[in-house]
Formats: sequence, C-alpha cells, structure tokens
Amino acid sequence: MSAAKTQTLMSGAQVVLECLVREKVECFFGYPGGVTLPLYDALYDHQIKHILVRHEQNACFAAEGYARATGKVGVCCATSGPGATNLVTALVDSLMDSIPVVAITGQVSTKLIGSDAFQEADTFGITRSCTKHNFLVKKLAELPQIIHEAFHIAASGRPGPVLVDIPKDVFQAQGHYTPVTTIHLPGYRISTDGHSGQIRRAAQMIWESERPIVYAGGGIVAAEAAANLRELVEMVDAPSVCTLMGLGSMPSTHPNFISMPGMHGSYAANLAMTETDLIVALGVRFDDRVTGRLAAFAPHARVIHVDIDPAEIGKNRAADIPIVGDVKKVLERLNEELRELAPEMKEKNAAARKAWWVRVRGWKEEHPLEPEISTDEIKPQHLISEIDRLSGGEAIVSSDVGQHQMWGAQFIRFNHPRLWINSGGLGAMGFGLPAAIGAQFARPDKLVFALVGDGGFQMSIPELATIANHALPIKIIVMNNGYLGMVRQWQELFYNNRLSAVQLDSFPDPEKLAGAYGFRGRTVESPRELRGALEAAVREPGPYLLNVRVTPFENVYPMVPAGGAINEMVLGPAQPVTA
Amino acid sequence: MLQLISLLVENKPGALMRVTGVLSARGYNIESLTVARTLDPELSRMSIVVDIDSTQRAQVIKQINKLVNVLQVSDLTEGAAVRREMVLLWIGTTQENRTVILREAEIFGAKAVESSVEGYALEATGDTEKLDAFIRVMQRYGEIEVTRSGMVSVPLETKKLKLAPPVRKEHLEIDQEILKTTE
Repeated sequence: MSAAKTQTLMSGAQVVLECLVREKVECFFGYPGGVTLPLYDALYDHQIKHILVRHEQNACFAAEGYARATGKVGVCCATSGPGATNLVTALVDSLMDSIPVVAITGQVSTKLIGSDAFQEADTFGITRSCTKHNFLVKKLAELPQIIHEAFHIAASGRPGPVLVDIPKDVFQAQGHYTPVTTIHLPGYRISTDGHSGQIRRAAQMIWESERPIVYAGGGIVAAEAAANLRELVEMVDAPSVCTLMGLGSMPSTHPNFISMPGMHGSYAANLAMTETDLIVALGVRFDDRVTGRLAAFAPHARVIHVDIDPAEIGKNRAADIPIVGDVKKVLERLNEELRELAPEMKEKNAAARKAWWVRVRGWKEEHPLEPEISTDEIKPQHLISEIDRLSGGEAIVSSDVGQHQMWGAQFIRFNHPRLWINSGGLGAMGFGLPAAIGAQFARPDKLVFALVGDGGFQMSIPELATIANHALPIKIIVMNNGYLGMVRQWQELFYNNRLSAVQLDSFPDPEKLAGAYGFRGRTVESPRELRGALEAAVREPGPYLLNVRVTPFENVYPMVPAGGAINEMVLGPAQPVTA
Repeated sequence: MLQLISLLVENKPGALMRVTGVLSARGYNIESLTVARTLDPELSRMSIVVDIDSTQRAQVIKQINKLVNVLQVSDLTEGAAVRREMVLLWIGTTQENRTVILREAEIFGAKAVESSVEGYALEATGDTEKLDAFIRVMQRYGEIEVTRSGMVSVPLETKKLKLAPPVRKEHLEIDQEILKTTE
C-alpha cells in the first residue's frame, strides 16, 4: 500500500499538502492568489484545514499565535509579490521572538523569475534577513526534502521562521512524494547537552552565591522547561524574575517570583537585579529593555548564562560561566549537580541568603505592583486587574503592543507558560488580534482574550471577519484611551507634552462594528459596570467585542527612562527614585 | 581594523548573500571577498576582509556560524596562516622604458603574462603591502589599469570540520495511519 502510495502521480501542490500532513499540521492560515491557484485547487478536496484570513500579515501572526500557544510549528501561506511582502513584518516578529513558523509562498514560474513578471518579487532575497533560513524551490524532485528541512529548522535549536518559496510550475508539475526520513544539514550544528564541567562549576557558583537571582526568559518556554526552572528556584530558594517572553514560566503567585525586570519591571525585580551577586540567566538575551544602561546593569553580579544560541552568550553581557545547550537538558543536569552539592553547601551561606530575602521582600512590600482603581472612571490598570480576576491565571491573553501590554505583563497572573502571547522583541502593533485567532484554533478549550489598544485594534479590524466566520469565542477587549498611549506617554515625559499625531479620534461604534460582522459588542465607561460587562463577554458563547473607555492620560510605572540604569526608576508622576 | 575571516560554505545559490548580509546588516564594510569551489565541488571557500573593531569580530563570527549553509568559520586575522593577494596590472609602455619595467617587475616577483607594442600585462602575488609598493612603482612608468583579487588565505594547520550528523525523522517514516487519511 505504501509503495503504491508513493508511486501515485501527484502534483507539486499535492506534494506540499502531503508534506504538511506528514508534519502533523492540523491547520494553516493563508490567503490565495494567482500563483498559488494550484495549491488552493489541491486544498479544495483535501482533509487539511485552511483558515482564510483577511490579510497575509495576519496569516503569519495567526500562525505565530498557534505556535506560541502550543510549541508546535505554525504554518502560513501567501501568494507571490504582495502576498509575500505582506508577510515580512510577522516573519521578523517570529524571528525576534524565536517562534517556529513555516511560511509557504508562491512564486512566478521558474522561467519567468527575473523578468519583472506580474506579481513577481524577489521573496528569497527580501526574506533572507527576516527568517532563520529560507528556500527557493527549483524543481518538484527537491520539494519534499526542502519542506521537511524547513520544519526541522523552524522547530529545532533556537526556533524561528523558515520560508519556502515555490514557483507556480513547481506546484503544477507532476511527480511523486519521495519519502524523506532523514534530514542532513551539515552546517546546521546545534549543541543541546551543555558542557558537563561548566554545569558542575555553575552548581558550585550557585551554592556559593549570597545574593542569587534566577532570570528566566522565552528560552524556558521554547524548551518546555518550566518545571525544571521551578525545581531549581525552589531547591536553592532564590528570587526569580521572568522576562516579557518568559512570563508564566514561574507561576505568577509563586513566593519566589518577583515579577518582570526592566523598563516597566517591578521595583523589587529591578533592585534585585542590581544588587545581586549572581545572575542565573536561562534562555534570555539581556535585551536592552531588561538591562537598561548596560554599563550600570547588575554591577556586582557574576553571570551564568545558558542558551542554545552561542551567539547570545556574551553578546550584551559577558558570562562568567557560558553554557551552550538546550535549557531543559542543562537544567536537568544542573539540578542534579545542585542536589548532590546541597548537603555540603546548602547551609554555608544560609545567613547571607536569609538577609538577601529580607531585602528582596522589603522591596516587594515597599513598592508592590498594585493596580490603581477609581470609582469615578475606569483606570486602565483596573481593567487589567478585572481581566486577571476572570482569568485566574489560566486564560490565554494575546496582547497587542503598548501600554496595555505592559500593564498586562505587570498585573495579569499566569500559572503556566504559553498563556501570555505577545510581540516582545519586535513590538509589532496589530499582533494581538490575529495571534488570538491562532491561539484559539490551537486551544479551542481555552478562554482567549485579545487584549488590544484602540491603535493596534484598528490595525487588525479586517480579522473580525475571520473570527465571525469561525465563530471563535475570542473576547476582544479594547483598552480604549483615545490615544496611542505609549507614544503619548513618551511625548508627555520626554517631549514637553507636545502630543504629536497620537490622538485617535473617530473610533467606530463597537456595537455597530461587531454587529456588522454578526456578533455582539458594547462600550463600557463606568467602573461600576466594568466587572459585569467583562463577565457578560466571557459568558457569551461566541466572539465578543468589549470597548472599554479608560482614562486617557494614565502612564505605565515603574518606568526606567531610556538610557537609564534599571535601579533609576520613575515610580509615579514626578517622583524619581534612586536606590 | 581589518579582520580576515575564512569560511567553508555550501556551494548553493544565496549562500554568499547570507554571509555578506550578516556584515551589511551591521553596517560593516567589506574590503575584499573571494569565493571559489573547493576540492569538493559542493563546497566553496570564502575569504573575507572586513573593516571592524576586533571586539565585534567574535560576535560576527558567531552570527555567520549560525547560518545553515556555513560549515566552518575560521578567524585568520591573527592565527597561523598564509595570506596572499594577486594583482593583474596593465601598463602602457614606451620603446625606452620596456626593459626597465620588466626589471622592476622582477624585483617584485611579478611576471609578464601578456605583451604587446602598447604595453604589458603583469601578474604579481604577495601580501598587501608588497603589492601596494609594486603598484606605486609601476605608476611612475606609465598609465596603469589594476585589478586586485582580494585576500586569499590558507591556515597552517588543518582544523577538524565539525559537521551536524543526519537527523532521523521518525514521524516522517511512512505509516499506514497517514496513508489511510490522505486517500
């Protein structure tokens, strides 16, 4: 039977779908066009589910949402020329956040390439720097190998987007699916195990430390290493922080968790990162939004840095113990080493560590992250805390980019990884809503909030149709302050409050807008109605658009001004604090 | 400061662009670059001279090393290696200076590879400083046209190639389940 199958004559388009099936792709997101006609024709009577979005950028954002919610490879598809160029922003987004995505693009026929044919663009060239790797397929015979290589590259090592550009004549060519059972990419070397001597030294250094801190990021999520992280943190009883990309890796309510560090991080996290004598950095990249002014960052600390990407180690901050490896594998061994050393070393610094915790708890109590609530108007933080109450640490929150994202990171609790979905590295507005679509397809069992600002929401309005089409029960919560809030905040604080091009007038009536797509929406303006309105949205079996009018001039605090050291936080309006 | 990086890359379309992209994306200028097939026709050897701070060198090399098409990156800026460049130089001659030009060329180890009544094509190899001097000297004898090859180099020790082994993909092995559902 299998022999007969592989001998069956298939078109290139059918071979593509066969590859996707073998890669266990359940659904993919796309938008058809001229050169992908053969592919969409093959899809017509194929079992694989294709989700028609309303813009190619959102196909890739949705694929990212799917990948971020599951860890599986997200797949998107676009036609040549404008279809492919529309993917660019989302490809860079997945590259920056290390999200496994395979993008399939159509290309003009091989004999037309380079002739400025209709809808031709040099997709291979354009997306070279937007992807982890990309391919231009020249003939059908190499198609299965390339697609399976694309999946392998996207998902392994430091994950990322891979694009496969397929000319129309390759889709149309008749041939066979040649089974692929091994991938051989001699230049694609991944070190997963970590150097055992370094791991042992790291264990020693951790026990020797008097003021350790564990700094965990998106690498923990990618490696599915949250349990190992928690084991480490509890064994050595260290304070821990998660980056924007790592939120949920430590349960937000865990006593050892002191929230997010960096520009809008917690007071306790930023002071602990400054005063620590040892940073255990796990799957992080010492991003500028975390470190602030690099020269002033963690001045007393030694650094153990674990990452699967050797180029991240030493890139921004020198590591005393560099460990290149899969953070889960490394943590398994590191925890073992720590356990072995515990009887002899645990008590050595017990007094110093106790004193360290006293300081850290002191900072936490001194300036806790607490949402501001008013009875007269809806403060944005109030809205976030109500979402948090409904989620109880279990809902998926797919956020857009801006103030609401930072408040979300500060105030919404996550009991697990893969619940907080956002555009971290690139900060791409218009991400939240389409990513929520991908997440809801991936996790139909989950309550999914699309937490968006009125700016980012208006970039993704076309996808309301996709949501309506599939009756996705996404709760779209627009934090509507009538401004591009984060830009306005910077204009207020650093540009003499000269508010330039940040006011967003003419927001559409949400009831009518949602109604036009066939689902329900409303606006809420009074704090008394907020909870009830959110509960009603969640009770609604289908999609819901809730437009929440919040106070317009609220700023996100704490804030580390650009170029500042992270212990030089502004904690609220006009009260700089240096610790 | 000029840095010399030697690469072994897969001989595939786009491989060159990926490597130079790592440099151009960071605004680094390439001083010279040579690419040619190795003994194994599926591989190419690339020698790049790039003007970067030595502190940025390690990061650039790591980033290039990550490219799927790159099999090996060697930093030959300071390592034990032979570095050579070649110059092809056309010089217009007069009846009077033809002999003296050849004699000067000989001092630089250059030889005439083409000759006509109008002039000579001369070929010289050596390190950059020597070739600079050669060109300066030749300029004094007449009009010249110069093409330089850019630096090529070979390390003085063999470096073991560390290659990724083939990865078996169990989920891709033909299984009846898949076949049933696709029919």
